[in-house]
Amino acid sequence: MSSVRKAKHGILLTILFSIISVLWVSPIFIVLLNSFKKRTYISKEPFKLPSSVGSKEGSALEQFFFTSKKSFVGIDNYTNGIEKTDFIRAFGYSLFITVFAVFLIVLCTSMCGWYITRVKNQFTTGIYYLCVFSMIIPFQMVMFTLSKVADILRFDNPFGIVFVYLGFGAGLAVFMFCGFVKAIPLEIEEAAMIDGCNPLQTYFRVVLPILKPTCITVAILQAMWIWNDYLLPYLVLDIKKYKTIPIAVQYLKGGYGSVDMGAMMAMLVLAIIPIIIFYMICQKYIIEGVIAGAVKG
Amino acid sequence: MEKSMKKYFPIFALPTLLAFVTFFLIPFILGIYLSFCEFTTITDAAFVGVNNYFEIFKDATFIHALWYTALFTIASVLTINVIAFTVAMLLTKGIKGTNVFRTVFFMPNLIGGIVLGYIWQLIFNGVLLYFNKTLTFSASYGFWGLVILINWQQIGYMMIIYIAGIQNIPTELIEAAKIDGANSTQVLRNVTLPMVMPSITICTFLTLTNSFKLFDQNLALTAGQPADRSELLALNIYNTFYGRTGWEGVGQAKAVVFFILVALIALVQLRLTRGKEVQQ
Repeated sequence: MSSVRKAKHGILLTILFSIISVLWVSPIFIVLLNSFKKRTYISKEPFKLPSSVGSKEGSALEQFFFTSKKSFVGIDNYTNGIEKTDFIRAFGYSLFITVFAVFLIVLCTSMCGWYITRVKNQFTTGIYYLCVFSMIIPFQMVMFTLSKVADILRFDNPFGIVFVYLGFGAGLAVFMFCGFVKAIPLEIEEAAMIDGCNPLQTYFRVVLPILKPTCITVAILQAMWIWNDYLLPYLVLDIKKYKTIPIAVQYLKGGYGSVDMGAMMAMLVLAIIPIIIFYMICQKYIIEGVIAGAVKG
Repeated sequence: MEKSMKKYFPIFALPTLLAFVTFFLIPFILGIYLSFCEFTTITDAAFVGVNNYFEIFKDATFIHALWYTALFTIASVLTINVIAFTVAMLLTKGIKGTNVFRTVFFMPNLIGGIVLGYIWQLIFNGVLLYFNKTLTFSASYGFWGLVILINWQQIGYMMIIYIAGIQNIPTELIEAAKIDGANSTQVLRNVTLPMVMPSITICTFLTLTNSFKLFDQNLALTAGQPADRSELLALNIYNTFYGRTGWEGVGQAKAVVFFILVALIALVQLRLTRGKEVQQ
């Protein structure tokens, strides 16, 4: 292929992908537009822009783009939705649970992974294989018994659920840390011990800094899971008192039959915004984490 | 070194182990035991043998959910992997804007299943409005809706893994093949595909298990409507537990069957694709 044709090919591909990219994110923008509409027009004319006068009398172009009657309600859906779902508190609980669970998982499982890789006996090998095994268990297998155990132990609050996540997330995390610890030369740690470090000092001063990229990978994979998790917190938490964001969104649907589509759209937007901000800031780490996780997994 | 470390077991391994045993191992073993019992809570369990397992196969909703899940898994694994691989191939040609496209395609993956379900419910119902129908009109609408949704969510993730795999292929290999007179289809079939086999293994594994275990998206998009016809296995098990009283034992037995199916699928798949990987 000549270079001129190749360059042309490249431009065509860029244009094609630009169009696909716009279509790819359009569902989110459609939700955003609808979050400013009166609820009846969300179900009646979901693909039209909110209008403050109504396009019925206007030109054909106006009728094509805007809803037929006045539908713009400003931020009413947001205030209404936040009040209905107690969104601010749900956000707080989601943030608290995710941050503490991820911190605890990274700290405890990296220590555990290092220990069971360095101390080799039947017991630690057994733990390793149990962790691998636990990764393929579907949540439905343990959902009932897990929620009962958490209930009996009074772990049904945002503080207790952090330990539930440690137990349930340990499999993948320990497995990944073991894989990376194996790649660290033993001599480095032995040198630290000979220089007088006890295992705890060796871990925090030598091993943990080497494991830092793995810690980021594990933290990102676990954060993506825990932040979006619905069923585990729904079953474990005392739902009358504590709701996370996914629970709050699902709660809007409730058992009342009709859904307040306005509030629903607003809550969807509020649920997506933190994720997009997080993605913008940590994009590099997220994509690297996904690749590293896949290679080791 | 091992000796001095052993004393530190309570600090290093015990916290993780305690949580793992309490919140995974005990519930798991208890779950297997309860699948042979009739119960409403853990404390009133009465042993009934394999009765629950017989009940499962009399339950038409479970059999339907099993087929529905199997078809859904096949459809989504095929579409996600073919599309993600194609996009990855095109995005490794060095065209302008590659990074932006990669960022955009990956983004939906970070959105949770419940939120995804409601976003697409709005879109699908909006489109179907032109035909005077809704998403819950027929189970096949829910089926294809879910396939599109899961494609939107997972293509970006799989694409990232494929891109990493393709970029790992030494350029000499492809050049050598071209000098030997291979055309681009032959390069793809005889060089690129065998070399990205590890990525294919991991991507089929992830899509297979993710689709088979799908729950949140199913609950939010259709919640099994109409009349439980668009129910995947995970939702069927959930509804057996929490939707009908007195069926907890059957629900737990279903969960055990579900677990065995997931484990079998994962093992068979890893065997099949691992065998095709080449040593570099």
